[in-house]
Parts: sequence; structure tokens; C-alpha cells
Amino acid sequence: MKVSLVVNGAPREVEGGPLRRLLDVLREDLALTGTKEGCGEGECGACTVLIDGEPVNSCLVPLAQAAGREVRTVEALASGELLTDLQEALVRCGGTQCGICTPGIAVCATAALAREPGADRLRLRELLAGNLCRCTGYQLVIDAVAEVVARRADATDAGAAPPLPARTAPTAPGQAGPGVGSRGAAP
Amino acid sequence: MSGATPTRTPAPAWLRPATLADALAARAAHPDWLVVAGGTDVMVGSTRRPEPPGVLDLFGLAELSAITEGPDGLCVGAGATYAALLRHPTVRDRFPCLHEAAREVGALQIQARGTLGGNVQTSSPVGDTLPPLLALDAEVEVASAARGPRRVPYAAWITSYRKTALATDELLVAVHLPWPAPGTRQRWRKVGTRKAQAISKVMLAATARLEGDGPGRPGTIAHARVALGAVADRPVRLPTVEALLVGASPDPALAERVREAVRAAITPITDVRSTADYRREVAANLVARFVLDLAAPALPGADPGAGGAP
Ligand SMILES: Cc1cc2nc3c(=O)[nH]c(=O)nc-3n(C[C@H](O)[C@H](O)[C@H](O)COP(=O)(O)OP(=O)(O)OC[C@H]3O[C@@H](n4cnc5c(N)ncnc54)[C@H](O)[C@@H]3O)c2cc1C
Ligand code: FES
Ligand code: FES
Repeated sequence: MKVSLVVNGAPREVEGGPLRRLLDVLREDLALTGTKEGCGEGECGACTVLIDGEPVNSCLVPLAQAAGREVRTVEALASGELLTDLQEALVRCGGTQCGICTPGIAVCATAALAREPGADRLRLRELLAGNLCRCTGYQLVIDAVAEVVARRADATDAGAAPPLPARTAPTAPGQAGPGVGSRGAAP
Repeated sequence: MSGATPTRTPAPAWLRPATLADALAARAAHPDWLVVAGGTDVMVGSTRRPEPPGVLDLFGLAELSAITEGPDGLCVGAGATYAALLRHPTVRDRFPCLHEAAREVGALQIQARGTLGGNVQTSSPVGDTLPPLLALDAEVEVASAARGPRRVPYAAWITSYRKTALATDELLVAVHLPWPAPGTRQRWRKVGTRKAQAISKVMLAATARLEGDGPGRPGTIAHARVALGAVADRPVRLPTVEALLVGASPDPALAERVREAVRAAITPITDVRSTADYRREVAANLVARFVLDLAAPALPGADPGAGGAP
């Protein structure tokens, strides 16, 4: 079947059986390889993308259920080289090491903070419980996201513009190495 | 599969009906098609299974997704997601044991897609919402194009390991939860390896209502339901334990008798997740703790220890 959907703001048309995994369509047909496959069974969250703003495991979404939907992948977070504050914090705090889990964490945390901008550390752990990481031990990931919560709250208190689409340049250009999830830009 | 299949099977057909009537007609016309709601059960390992001839997609079907209050209780559409259950204030306030169970299913990503109907129909012995449905005296509503709707007590819905009484032309429409009598206390406990995204080793859902209780007087138990998950081939109610509770006063002696009765009532298995002995002990402790906590004054509207591992 032919399926029309919107991916990172652009209307796309793709082909495949109705049960084809959205994950494979993104990676193979649309070359959006920022979205990773870890387990392929819904457990690890590496394949997390947003459908109409909700974080879902793209390995469990049949293509047919993405028809007519708005899909956002990790490639849509950064603007070119300019990482979001959250991505920048993950890099700087050591919240990303091998990087396999990082796109999923960045996407899930982005959605979670949009909905619960005041989440405390315990709640952040709950919100990110569907994203497994074999490297960091999670502490550094939570450090990074908690720091973003605090910084955005400060920015709001200081009367700055609402911080949601806030984008920060990496503190040092070299730190935004590959595997941060901002590579594989949309074709 | 045999090697002699020269013809390439065509991609499965796919239907996303706009109404329940259309869905039931499609189900009757294609009993061999795969019914998909959130896909969080059926998509696991899907690439390793032969494709079905067609897919009947129910995700987001409005008539199946609503949660509505009626005079007798709450009607939860089979297509209501965990996220929708968690957002619903009436579920939180009147059915805390179901709310708590939904909170501990999977994680954010699974809660966004997984549905109550999918949990009921998968009917796993470790399905987290299933003990609450037993403890809350839920009824399932199913329907077919030919025979219309029918309602079945949830306790009679599961026929064997992972099998339910759903006919091949039927769809699950809703789960009906009767309003619990005022003052009913509810308890949910999930014991697993990790708080989120962990398959349960043991779950408890229980409800109880006391009569004649007051300051310094625990009163007697007028109504009790005790349901366990992961201790049998399906979620189970424990009628012998419920019989011990009704008419008794919740005190340490009763808790001890209940502990024994739970041990005698279940024969859990040993598997990769836990051992039979551990499951039996934990189940007995969970129910005994519930009885002891009944002796403490009720906090308005809340289970003093809802959620979390013991
Ligand atoms: C990583 C992960 C973690 C999980 N964690 C938990 C957990 O903690 N606790 C738990 O209980 N479960 C868990 N699950 C299992 C699953 O998420 C739940 O069982 C969920 O409720 C299934 O709902 P669904 O809508 O996704 O079902 P689907 O996969 O769409 O369908 C499941 C079954 O129900 C049938 N079905 C669905 N709707 C209808 C209907 N209206 N009429 C007739 N048949 C229907 C389908 O045909 C299929 O047989 C987990 C799954 C994954 C992948
Ligand atoms: S690859 Fe999808 S959750 Fe692990
Ligand atoms: S950084 Fe390696 S899995 Fe998380």
C-alpha cells in the first residue's frame, strides 16, 4: 500500500505492507538513520519517535497506523549544527557515551519536558523509564535533563521568552561529535 | 513453512473502519484478519511470523476510545489507552487500583499506544490490568454484527491460558466497572524486577469495605475481593480468602489466617522471572499486609500505600 505521512514537517509518500515497521520505513526508505533499533520489541526505546507529539516506539508502529500522521524524529530536534538545549546538556554532562540510546532519549525527553516542564528527578526517571542505556548508568542522563528543567525555569523566571524551542549552540564545537543524534540530516 | 511455495503472497489488506458498525461488519467478513489496536502485543516479533491475510485497525476508533460515566458505573472503551486511563480523573478517584496498574504498565511509549482492550484480549497471566478487573467486578462488553452486543462478567471471560470467550466474529467493545460502594478501599501492588517496563512476578488487586468501623474500632469486613496475577495460568480470584475476610475484623490474627489461606489457594510456577516459593510467599505477604492496613483508619479517597513494590 501507498502511505502518506508528514515526516519532520515534510509530506512524504512511502510504500509497504500495512504491518511494515515505521522504524524500517524511516531508516531504509527515508534515510533517517538517527532513529536506532536496539531490541526491536518495544523494550529499549532507542527507536522512539513522536507521532502527533506522543513518544512511541517506532519498532512497534505498523506503517498503516502512521498514515496521515505527523512524525518527528531526532533529526528534527537540532537546526543544522545547532543542538537543542537538551541535546547540548546530554553531550556536556556525559549523558551520551556510545550514543545508541541517545536519539531515543533526546526525543522522549523533549516530549516529556514539553508536557511536564517542572518534572523533578524522580519523575524524570519515570518519564524516561522506557529508554534503556547500557553505558551511562542513567545518572548522567538524568543530571542532563534535570539541568535543562532548572535552566528553563530560570529563564522563565527571568521573564525571558517561553523556553520551549530554545536552542543553544554547543559549548565547544568539538563536543557535538557523531552519535549525538544530530547527524543523518533529512534528505 | 515448506520450500515449495512458488507464489509470492500479496501484501495483507488493511482496513481502518470509521465506525463500530463498519468494524463489526469487517470482522464478520474477515474472521481470519489480524485485529490491531495499539499494536504493543501483536507487533512484538511480527517480522518473524507469517503475515496475516489482512489487518483490521481499531486504533483511535472514536466509539471504542471513550471513557463515560453512567448511573451504574464507568464504561471504559476497549480502545482507551493507558495514557487516556491515566488522564481520567474518575479512574484515579474511584478506581485507584486500575489507575495504579495503568501507571506501572510499560513506560511512556507503551502507555501512549497500549489499550485496555488489548490487555484483556491478550489475556496474559501477567496482564497488569486483569487482577484489578477481577477485584472491581468488571464486565466485558463484546459485539458482533449478527448478534449485537453481549456482556460477560470478567471472571468468566478467560477460558484458559491466553484464551478468552471472544467469538471469531466479535470485537471487544468496552469494560464496564460498577461504582464501588462508598468507603471501599482498593489496593494494587506489582512486584517486579524493576519499577517500569518490567514483567510482574506477582500482582495483587484487592478491594474491601468495612462496616461499623470508627475511631479505635476497626469494624468488620462487609465486602472483599482478592485477585492475584502471575500465580496461575490466568489472573485468579481467591474465593476461600474472600470468605475468610467477610464478617471478620481486620486484625493480626486474621492476617495470619489469610496468609495461610493464600499459600493454600495458589500453585504458582517457577520460571525465568521467579520461583514458585517466592511467588507464594510474596502473594501471602501482600494479602496479609492489605488486611493489616485495613485496621488503620482510611485516608479519604486513597489507599494509604497505593503503588510501588512492598
Ligand atoms: C515493552 C513492553 C512492555 C509492556 N509492559 C507491560 C506491562 O507492564 N503490563 C502489561 O500488562 N502489559 C505490558 N505489555 C503488553 C501490552 O502493552 C499490553 O498488553 C497492551 O495493553 C496491549 O494493548 P494493544 O492495544 O497494544 O494491543 P494489540 O497488540 O493491538 O492487540 C493485542 C491483542 O488484542 C486483540 N485486540 C485488541 N483490541 C481488540 C478489540 N477491540 N476486539 C478484539 N480484539 C482486540 C488483538 O487482536 C490482539 O490479539 C508490554 C508490552 C511491551 C512491548
Ligand atoms: S528498538 Fe524499538 S524499543 Fe527497542
Ligand atoms: S550511551 Fe550507550 S547505550 Fe546509552
